[in-house]
Amino acid sequence: MSTLHFVALAPFIAAIFIPAFYFLFRRVHTGWFVLPIPLVLFIYLFTYLPLGGEPMEAVQHSVPWVPSLDIFFTVYLDGLSLLFALLITGIGALVVLYSIYYIANKDGEPLHNFYVYLLMFMGAMLGVVLSDNLIVIYVFWELTSFASSLLIAYWFHKEKSRYGAQKSMLITVSGGFAMLAGFTLLYGMTGTFSLQEIISQAGAISAEPAFLAAMILVLAGAFTKSAQFPFHIWLPDAMEAPTPVSAYLHSATMVKAGIYLVARFTPVFGGEPQWFWIITSFGLFTLLWGSVSAVRQKDLKGILAFSTVSQLGLIMSLLGAGSAAVHFDVVEGESMATVAVMAAMLHLINHATFKGSLFMVVGIVDHETGTRDIRRLGGLMTIMPITFSISLIGIAAMAGLPPFNGFLSKEMFFEGMLHAAQFDVFNAQTFGWLFPIIAWTASVFTFLYCMIMLFRTFTGEHDPSKLEKEAHEAPIGMLISPIILAGLVILFGLFPNMLAYTIIEPSMQAVLPDLLGAGEQFYVNIYHWHGFNTALFMTLGVVFFGALLFVNMRRFEASAFYLGERDPLNWFYDSGMTGLISGAQSVDAVQMTGKLRHYFMFMMVFFSVTMSYILLSTNALVIDWANAGELSPYLVLVVAAMLVATVAIPFVSSRISAVVLIGVVGFIIALLFVVLRAPDLALTQLLVETVMVVLLLLVFYHLPEIRKENFKPAFKIGNFVVSIAVGAVVTITGLAVHAFRYDNAINPISDYFVENAYELAGGKNMVNVILVDFRGLDTLLEVLVLGIVAIAAVVLVKFKAKDGEDV
Amino acid sequence: MMKSRPIQFHVVTRITGFIILTFSIFLFFAGHNNPGGGFIGGLMTASALVLLYLSFDVQSIKKAIPFDYTQMIAVGLAISIITGIVGMFFGFPYLTQFFDYFQLPILGETELTTALPFDLGIYLVVVGFTMLTILTIAEDEA
Amino acid sequence: MEILMIFAVGIIFSVGTYLLLTKSMLRVILGVMLIAHGAHLMFLTLAGLKTGSPPLLGEEASSYADPLPQALILTAIVIGFGMTAFMLVLAYRTYKLHGTDNLDELRGTDDE
Repeated sequence: MSTLHFVALAPFIAAIFIPAFYFLFRRVHTGWFVLPIPLVLFIYLFTYLPLGGEPMEAVQHSVPWVPSLDIFFTVYLDGLSLLFALLITGIGALVVLYSIYYIANKDGEPLHNFYVYLLMFMGAMLGVVLSDNLIVIYVFWELTSFASSLLIAYWFHKEKSRYGAQKSMLITVSGGFAMLAGFTLLYGMTGTFSLQEIISQAGAISAEPAFLAAMILVLAGAFTKSAQFPFHIWLPDAMEAPTPVSAYLHSATMVKAGIYLVARFTPVFGGEPQWFWIITSFGLFTLLWGSVSAVRQKDLKGILAFSTVSQLGLIMSLLGAGSAAVHFDVVEGESMATVAVMAAMLHLINHATFKGSLFMVVGIVDHETGTRDIRRLGGLMTIMPITFSISLIGIAAMAGLPPFNGFLSKEMFFEGMLHAAQFDVFNAQTFGWLFPIIAWTASVFTFLYCMIMLFRTFTGEHDPSKLEKEAHEAPIGMLISPIILAGLVILFGLFPNMLAYTIIEPSMQAVLPDLLGAGEQFYVNIYHWHGFNTALFMTLGVVFFGALLFVNMRRFEASAFYLGERDPLNWFYDSGMTGLISGAQSVDAVQMTGKLRHYFMFMMVFFSVTMSYILLSTNALVIDWANAGELSPYLVLVVAAMLVATVAIPFVSSRISAVVLIGVVGFIIALLFVVLRAPDLALTQLLVETVMVVLLLLVFYHLPEIRKENFKPAFKIGNFVVSIAVGAVVTITGLAVHAFRYDNAINPISDYFVENAYELAGGKNMVNVILVDFRGLDTLLEVLVLGIVAIAAVVLVKFKAKDGEDV
Repeated sequence: MMKSRPIQFHVVTRITGFIILTFSIFLFFAGHNNPGGGFIGGLMTASALVLLYLSFDVQSIKKAIPFDYTQMIAVGLAISIITGIVGMFFGFPYLTQFFDYFQLPILGETELTTALPFDLGIYLVVVGFTMLTILTIAEDEA
Repeated sequence: MEILMIFAVGIIFSVGTYLLLTKSMLRVILGVMLIAHGAHLMFLTLAGLKTGSPPLLGEEASSYADPLPQALILTAIVIGFGMTAFMLVLAYRTYKLHGTDNLDELRGTDDE
């Protein structure tokens, strides 16, 4: 275990102790105990940054987990992991600080739950970005979905919270499951679960037939998690979570896990045209869909949710366009495709900073006014000046205005898309010209919703009667985190190159490792002024048309487009869920009749049918007369007696005769065990039978007489046929096994026990030696079962239920 | 159950009951080398006890054999589990059994195995389980 | 001998299944017991009957009956005993509480 292992595990370990802190120090807000964890981790991870500008060496430590299945808990830290890990811990620390003021420590507020879920998420997310083993990634990946769902449902008394939690869980977990299938296919092709080893085989596997399937399955995981169209519908509903959670999970970190996955797999799939087209087109469409939908929202968090969807699409499309870089060599690629990857990495950071601060600001507005509805808000500029300033910075960055960091990445985005349209690979000429157009259109809408958000909230008329509380500026503690983030927005905007060689170069190196020779590195230089190029004119156009639309908003405010808020795609999810439930009910209605007889019937028929199919298909209908031992008349007589007793059982109608008959069968079997060389079995059977008879008599004493069964004849015949079929299948199976055994001269494993019973265990009774020595655990568990049965029996009999209740 | 029982029945069960009990203990120890062992010994002990319960009433047996069968199950399980753990302290897998031969006074050369306490645990659980189940139903009649 | 035993097991299974499919709880329990008996016999039979002496090394025979199936059956008998005991207690309790041993009458409510 290295320190990096503990980085991923520390939040989990801390989560165990948080409830104790909550209950022990009831007066102190639990958040203060949580805060040091992300802070310390952030500082620790910070030391890995290559501050001197040298190329970053990847760090790798491995701990075996399930070595036989090639599952190792390997931590792998390179530029990309580091970028994400810093985001997770850094934003995490700010969010925890913010939540201390956002969620009040009052009675009935289960703070310990909140922080346990939050820490669980943090650990899982760190696990995803730090692991090298695909299975480990998958486990942590699903844990993030799980934690996210729990956090959305934090106020579970609200119906919408539960709906959102279920929706996000279903969509992201099924995507994760598809991803697992993709991982398994990759394992089938490469024979390893290690990501780095798969990357080293990247060129060799592209010809495999399952390659495309693996790619699509992995992408399904990434797209569901990163809310790409059409899976984005869970994200707006996830906004029911407390705002710190939305800021943390649903904008800054978790939804970027899909981005991480795509970036990670770029070296594996990157050279393929499918990868390029799928990711770029889905990304761009998501960008457009998200920005247009955001305009329709009336809830501030709704705007931010769709804005997040659209920005995620932006980053995704950049990664798609950048994947083409694998096709170029360094010199040419640097100007063409790598700019897209660079923009993706830069925008990842920028988005986390400005969107994080905006979510926090919206939380503040919600907290201080009691509403997030833009129709009720207005004129808060003078009442909440600090909040307004932070929002202004965040929104300007989101809209892509200089001198904030959003401007830089938006310029680069335009540039990347313009390049992508001119690629001479993957037939990019065919539809490539659409890329910049979609990008530009979406940006216009982005600008529009940015203006709506800013002006509808902070300017205009302030009407206190529409608000639930009297609005005032937030306490300083709540403002610290958004101020820090807004400060970063400005800082990164003015001095982008402080990011360039510390984190963007190493992360590009991780995404595009093949472009570099040994010891080489990317040289990134980000600057504001590019000259009068196309990208700049595009930005000017965005500002102009965006402002024009905003001024003319009244014209379409009454339209159906603007009034409808819900994403039309939700219809598919909702009707799918209704269909699922009614479908399950109709299956249940057939299968779960509540009649034990039907359940038995299903099992028996299934068993008989499958077994006969196997026997017939393997041609196993044989009787091996040659190896049957000779019949002794004595044994035949005994067996006949046993069968007579057996067959008589269904016909008797008195309890006592039934007990006697089953006893006869049992005792004859004990007799058979004696004759058939099994003294231990004979003794056991004899004793069990004795005790059982006592038990049967005791219970039967209370139960009613066995009545005549009054089945309809048809049903009786059905039962009869099924029982005969079962008997026949069992007989045929027995005969087949018997024949198979001698045909193939099987060497029984029991020879081992015969030879070693005395040497290894010092016992001469082989049966008993097997029971207590060779297979001791089986026996131990068996007596454990007996113990459980005894307790259950006592509970069943002694527990007196209240009227009408049953156990 | 029936109130009056013939005195002969009492006498016979008293004798046979203890013969069976003794034999069951013999079977328990014989288990390693001959038919017998924890299961069989336990079941035989249980049947002897059942016989006693059948002939006498529950109260007087309870006075004569003051066992709590629930605890017996717990103790049995604990013994079996702990026997398995002991080996782990010496680096062997769980439930590895050991044996050796010792010269004991009176008994002469005797084989002692860790399988014996393990089997004792099984024995106790089997007796406890059988008696507990039967007695629970029998006592519920009231 | 094995062939005869296998057919006997088949018959035991048939009767056991028939009892399982009836409505009376008692018969169902008897059916389970019968099927358990059948399974034990089948196991022993398929390991080969009448080869060698009982699996006790003290016999010092040249060959022994297969000890492994015997160990498995022994486990199965005891587990089966536990199972049956539990079912009996369950039947007892159910009858005391609901006053019927007819499985059809013991169905849960429709909305379960």
